[in-house]
Amino acid sequence: MNTSEVTREGIRGARPDHDAIPGSAGRRRPRRGGRGERLMVPKAEFRSYYGKPVLNQIVWAPYDIGGYLFLGGLAGASSVLAAGAELSGRPVLARAMKIGALGAISGSVVALVHDLGRPARFVNMLRVFKPSSPMSVGSWLLACYGPLAGAAAVTDVTGLLPRLGRAAAVGAAAFGPAVAAYTAPLICDTAVPAWHEGHREMPFVFVGSGAAAAGGLGMLAAPVEQAGPARRAALFGAALEVGAAQVMRRRMGMVAEPYGRGSAGVLMRAASALTLAGAAAGTVLGRRSRAAAATAGVALLAGSLCTRLGVFQAGVASARDPRYTVVPQRARADARDAGTADGAGDARTGVPAQRGEQG
Amino acid sequence: MVMERQGRTGARGVDPAASSGYDEHPPRMGFFTDTSVCIGCKACEVACKEWNAVPEDGLNFTGMSFDNSEGLGADTWRHVAFIEQRAPLGHQESGVGRGGTVTDLGMPSFTRPGDTTGAEERGDFRWLMASDVCKHCTHAACLDVCPTGALFRTEFGTVVVQEDICNGCGYCVPACPYGVIDKREDDGRVWKCTLCYDRLGAGLEPACAKACPTDSIQFGELDELRERAQRRVAAMHEAGVASARLYGEDPDDGVGGAGAFFLLLDEPEVYGLPPDPVVTTRDLPSMWRHAGVAALTLLAGLSLTFLRRRT
Repeated sequence: MNTSEVTREGIRGARPDHDAIPGSAGRRRPRRGGRGERLMVPKAEFRSYYGKPVLNQIVWAPYDIGGYLFLGGLAGASSVLAAGAELSGRPVLARAMKIGALGAISGSVVALVHDLGRPARFVNMLRVFKPSSPMSVGSWLLACYGPLAGAAAVTDVTGLLPRLGRAAAVGAAAFGPAVAAYTAPLICDTAVPAWHEGHREMPFVFVGSGAAAAGGLGMLAAPVEQAGPARRAALFGAALEVGAAQVMRRRMGMVAEPYGRGSAGVLMRAASALTLAGAAAGTVLGRRSRAAAATAGVALLAGSLCTRLGVFQAGVASARDPRYTVVPQRARADARDAGTADGAGDARTGVPAQRGEQG
Repeated sequence: MVMERQGRTGARGVDPAASSGYDEHPPRMGFFTDTSVCIGCKACEVACKEWNAVPEDGLNFTGMSFDNSEGLGADTWRHVAFIEQRAPLGHQESGVGRGGTVTDLGMPSFTRPGDTTGAEERGDFRWLMASDVCKHCTHAACLDVCPTGALFRTEFGTVVVQEDICNGCGYCVPACPYGVIDKREDDGRVWKCTLCYDRLGAGLEPACAKACPTDSIQFGELDELRERAQRRVAAMHEAGVASARLYGEDPDDGVGGAGAFFLLLDEPEVYGLPPDPVVTTRDLPSMWRHAGVAALTLLAGLSLTFLRRRT
């Protein structure tokens, strides 16, 4: 036991250095040139502590947070479509999108609060504003966007205060894209490999998914004469989502594996199939048949939900397997060590500094 | 977080207390855990639980050498890892089964040690033990992402959860690159090592360091601990223990240097530690930029859908 004391000025009675050196006793086969240790087994592909994950496991419930990501994207994109529909004289589409946005954002807030360990302390989210925390930024975004989306929907349905309602619709459309996009930094700003490594493309996957879902809702809820923008939104969203997801997975290297395996793989494949089929059917058949439009709309909504749940599950799987944490970090550390051993190299990036003149 | 990087001082690295707004503050305190003298007694785990009233963390038998607490979590703030390896430790001759012969030690057992394995399995052996703890990072991801301000930086430069504010959002759990902080399921809030903030304020050292019988866990001013660790690792290299290395000591690493750092005898991942952790918020400015462009793309794309009027 030791007896040092902590004081405001520092430590009093600090201990002297140890001189006990484990492994210093004895003499080891001198032919090994003084370096006592050697590697007994060839280096395995990666090493871990009994295969245990390095990270602690994601504590969010998949349907709460996956659902929250889906509903937030649906709400944000719906508000943009609602404002456009209102300003371009498509009242049925506008009303449907406003009601959809209010319903979705209410559901997303319920899911978020339900997921808290202490739901009664939800209001603590508004205790500080921290740009370093996407969840703090998101809470304030929701606090601004939610009332606007609510006012837009309520004034439209009741017919009261139409000018205020129009202003609220435009305001909700201004916040909508931020609401749809911020959830990507929310999940990417973690140590979860399958999320963090996709931080450049994930916002595009998410806004694309949101646009596709909102387009689907428009096709489902509005008559075909007014749903033209919804059909085009679905096509735009589907192309953006599927394209960005492809780029993301290609860029991530081995960390992309969880997106193709297990439940995440099933969800991601279902997501692209539903989204692409829904967008194609909506574009080709949706302008002729209300039933086809509604079916396509349902497929698009389901596709968006599958995307969010798939991304969520891929994150869970990548946090559970130490391989996805250790292998990229080991490669980075080894590259850096090789760089410093050469006496030149950027320790941060592992890029050798003395690369010669670029030709 | 990049925003914190203003508070450079004369000492190595960032002064986290100063960059968090403490004008006058005591020196930064931390742990140097020298795993080469750890004997795996788990006094640190017990002392931590006793002092901090940490609940029981499961009475499991894992089969992972002598480790039954598995890793850091809401109810395990010190965790002793045990690793059994067929490798020599420095100059040591383990003498296990040397020359293919088996020695009867007179112990009451059915077979003699090494009898059943064959000569090729006998030989070198070392048993690594290491007491893991919260790293109290200079750039702490848990602190950065906490939306309520429940996690805060103390005047000692450590990172502590205020349990009366935490609402259990769980964001800090996947944000920690070391897997330290975790949610206590029946409680709903997150918990982790406080570096015994209450003891520090009263002029005492943390319970784990106080209880450590070999001074494997050394508590003190971080700058002084770093110098001590450098001397220690140099002495170990001198003695032929080439695998000795410091982990988390470098103020230029991905978390700006850990407030609790380690002397390890193998690669960090062998102990369940990430080999090259980076605070996730280092990339947050890039994330916000990409999200901003994506939001504008959404606004522009959806606006364009209204250009072709179709009635």
